[in-house]
Amino acid sequence: MLNTRLLAAAGGLAAAIAANASLAESHIDPAIEAAVKARQAHMTLYSFNLGLLGGMAKGEIEYDADTASSAASNLARLAGMNQGRYWPEGSSIDDIENTRALTAIWTEGSEVMTHVDTLVKAAATLEGAAGEGLDPLRGALAEVGRACGGCHEDYRQSDD
Amino acid sequence: MPPILRWTLALAVLGIAAGWLLTRPQGFEAAALDGVSADVAHGEQVFLAAGCASCHVAPEAEAEDGAPRVLSGGQRFASPFGTFLAPNISPHPVHGVGGWSDAELVTAIMHGVSPDGAHYYPAFPYAAYGRAEPEDILSLIAYLRTLPESDVPSQPHEVGFPFNIRRGLGLWKRLFVPEGWVVDAARTPEAARGRYLAEALAHCGECHTPRNVLGGLDTDRWLAGGPNPAGEGRIPNITPGGLDWSESDIVAYLTTGFTPEYDTAGGEMVAVIENLSQLPEADRQAIAAYLKAVSPVE
Repeated sequence: MLNTRLLAAAGGLAAAIAANASLAESHIDPAIEAAVKARQAHMTLYSFNLGLLGGMAKGEIEYDADTASSAASNLARLAGMNQGRYWPEGSSIDDIENTRALTAIWTEGSEVMTHVDTLVKAAATLEGAAGEGLDPLRGALAEVGRACGGCHEDYRQSDD
Repeated sequence: MPPILRWTLALAVLGIAAGWLLTRPQGFEAAALDGVSADVAHGEQVFLAAGCASCHVAPEAEAEDGAPRVLSGGQRFASPFGTFLAPNISPHPVHGVGGWSDAELVTAIMHGVSPDGAHYYPAFPYAAYGRAEPEDILSLIAYLRTLPESDVPSQPHEVGFPFNIRRGLGLWKRLFVPEGWVVDAARTPEAARGRYLAEALAHCGECHTPRNVLGGLDTDRWLAGGPNPAGEGRIPNITPGGLDWSESDIVAYLTTGFTPEYDTAGGEMVAVIENLSQLPEADRQAIAAYLKAVSPVE
């Protein structure tokens, strides 16, 4: 009798601990969650503008100097924005779900800011080139791709 | 000696002899290179297509525009069999391969056998390079000899028993290094060029084809992807059964790194694209044509 009661109590305690743990897991700091949403939205804006330029480079969208220029200008503005608050500590793939950001971003010796500079420069070049014709657009777009990939190579978990 | 013992002994000796023969490093006839000419500029194209720098530059070394790569080695490649360390293949006479003859280098690259007759581990994709034209490999070697020397000593692999017995690799090669091409049909010259790039020089199958328990490529699932042997993540299926990109999507990806959704390549593919984007566009087009000709695997 005593044993059964003890067992039941132990079971109840275990269940409570488990429930607590899962509650803790599902509980993400809203500030972190908002920052992750913001940086992913920023990436979406990059890809939306790149989509037009890449479509022209591939020949799927007819080249138009004005629309190409404005998409490239958007990219340059986006690249130049201060993103400091998008990337709080504790928002890596080891801390939360729904991100592929590696902890290396925040560790000493991180070269993320160098990659940002590379992107800012490449986007500025693209802004100048996009309205000058398809070949200049293609060349400058490849450099932007290299800048994106340069950072994703080391700082985003690869599953592609 | 009782007859049974004598027989056992005889069979054992025979078994050892057979094993010795089966695992013997296959030689390479230097005479086969007679009359084959090398061209340094062409060798640089082969170097890019073969992706030598991706593994043989120092860890974290970044490519600088126009600067020749220093192939000092040192990158680590984890696998279920141990960790392999890329050696120094710069032209340094002591720590690199500067003292090796052309025939020794061709033997190493295409047959996976060192100048002192030891098998290399297949972390080095000699099974793929063995499909290449000797002329291309000779040109590659001529180009490698123009690169800067590095005096960084090569580090030993971290491989435990029984995989540290290199002789066993002779058997592995017999089992898992297929003769000829994996994809039989190359209907157009373009697809044939793509096959040459993808199956020989660029050795796509080394990562994109799953391996069996002994580390041999499962050619029935050629380019069908699988778990990343180096750890986290998966390597994607790039057969038509797994990749629905158009040929122009593939060419754009190999040129700029952008996927059709305008995400970008990450991980090891960044270095691959860094190299392939420097080849003529016709070569990337050829790879795209080849990928469309591969048997679809779901």
